[in-house]
Amino acid sequence: MGGARTDRAPVTSPARARAVAQTLAAWGLAGPAVFFLLVLFLLPVAGVFVIAFSDWQFGARSFSFVGFANFREVFLDPAFRASLLNSVVYVLIVVPGAGILGLVIAVLIESGKSCRAFYRAVHFLPFMATLAAMAIAWEALLHPAIGFVNQALAVTGLPTANWLRDENTALPVLAAIGIWQNLGYAMVLFLAGLKSIPQDLYDAADVDGADFWFDRLRTVTLPMLGPVSMFVVIVVAVRAFEPFDIVKVLTQGGPGHASEMLLYTLYRESFEYLRTGYGAALAVVFLGIVVTLTLVQARIMGKRVHYQ
Amino acid sequence: MSAMTFPNRQSLLSSILRHAVLICTGALILAPFMWMLSLSIKPPCEIFGVSFSFWPHQFYGIENYSRALTEAPLLRYMGNGVLVCAIILALQILVCAPCAYVLAKLRFAGRKLLFGIVLIGLMLPHQVLSLPLFILSYQLGLLDTYAALIFPYVVSPFGIFLFRQFFMTIPDDVVHAARLDGLSELAIVWKIMLPMALPALIAFSIFSVIGHWNDLFWPLIVVRDQSLMPPPLGIMVFRNEEAGNDYGPLMAASTLVVMPLVIAFLAAQKWFVEGMTGGAVK
Repeated sequence: MGGARTDRAPVTSPARARAVAQTLAAWGLAGPAVFFLLVLFLLPVAGVFVIAFSDWQFGARSFSFVGFANFREVFLDPAFRASLLNSVVYVLIVVPGAGILGLVIAVLIESGKSCRAFYRAVHFLPFMATLAAMAIAWEALLHPAIGFVNQALAVTGLPTANWLRDENTALPVLAAIGIWQNLGYAMVLFLAGLKSIPQDLYDAADVDGADFWFDRLRTVTLPMLGPVSMFVVIVVAVRAFEPFDIVKVLTQGGPGHASEMLLYTLYRESFEYLRTGYGAALAVVFLGIVVTLTLVQARIMGKRVHYQ
Repeated sequence: MSAMTFPNRQSLLSSILRHAVLICTGALILAPFMWMLSLSIKPPCEIFGVSFSFWPHQFYGIENYSRALTEAPLLRYMGNGVLVCAIILALQILVCAPCAYVLAKLRFAGRKLLFGIVLIGLMLPHQVLSLPLFILSYQLGLLDTYAALIFPYVVSPFGIFLFRQFFMTIPDDVVHAARLDGLSELAIVWKIMLPMALPALIAFSIFSVIGHWNDLFWPLIVVRDQSLMPPPLGIMVFRNEEAGNDYGPLMAASTLVVMPLVIAFLAAQKWFVEGMTGGAVK
């Protein structure tokens, strides 16, 4: 693509006219997209910042800027602190959980020839299934009296729990559901990474005497998966900062604030309590976290994907 | 391969181990689906009974599924989902494809600026925009309409990005030839580029439809009227207001909501994996 720019014609007036026509045609074709990108993305994100730094409320006709007052309110609120901490804990459980299980399952699937598509489909299924409906299935599975989990634990003599109503188990249970949902995503990314490892490297390892599968795994597979692993960690982390459906359907952040997470707090404060300044400040904090992770991802991806 | 020529004990053992582990993890993954299916065909006495088996003694599926369909406007929810997803996808393709073509194939002033705007859009999580978009829906008088469910998604930065990536792989000669044949730029987009980019089109369609069929966050904010609700919101309301502890019909309703995408996924697995991972997997 870069070649087209270097052989630019000398600036004569027909060439310039053509360039102007090309520019007009281009902006004309892109016009609808540009309009909607401005109205639906750029103006709203500017709006969030304006609301976050002002005292504007729903229905107000005027506003004045109040600096960091909304952010102070957010960070002094125990509910937000619980929410942020829970989100971090959730990410710290889901990322290694989904990442390691995804890696193990991908390596196992790729280590044989039979039933590959079947195993891949089964493990990927939760990633695309409607989460609000599956949350209701999880609720039945975790039901204190009639749920399969407690029935199975009772049969084997292990202690049972009211998983979603106990403040010690609510967040770990949601994180387990997060692992269940995301490990298939990590798996397909690792499967793609495994396919890109050249066979020569395995042959070379064989020559070097690495004929036991564990040696090949240790000397070839895992080192070659380094870049993919970084990518998986970040994309799963971004997703793990965004759980909403399971919180809304299963716990509403409770008991107390035990399972409250960022997007749920954002939703409740903005749209149930109509605390716009608070909600917007929280949105800015959330945006900061996600953009930071995305920029790190872009740096890593920069080596593999070339934009220009 | 060596297992075929030298059927030795180690490879047989590792093969057995592979299947054993994958069957166990697969069973755990499928447990919620199985429990949902199982409860959806059981009568209340078996659901609340002590013994458990996957298959019921008394098949109660017809009662549960017909109650799910009659007590909640479930078909209406699913119809809403189909309608909203179809309109969103059609508008996204209509708006994104020409923009992607321009970015991939034309040289013009402001091209980098335009691509920068697309990349910024790509980075923004949609929930962050929900407050201003809600205010906008309110001011336009769109709350509690189909339009409110659709308009924030008319343009997809990811769609523009994906189409652009694919269009760039199509040789410039194809575009030049089309111009010599007298096609307008817009005709080139629809008649030449998009048909050649069919894999990207399919992947994006799956990405878009799954995302919007499954979305709970935005419909929850802008829709109160039950007759407009898409499936995730509808089933949540059904759980809260109608079914309560009536697990049979509730699980039947959940099964019906999850089923269309699961069946489509099993039929076209490869495309789903590509669409859902944003082209990261080839």
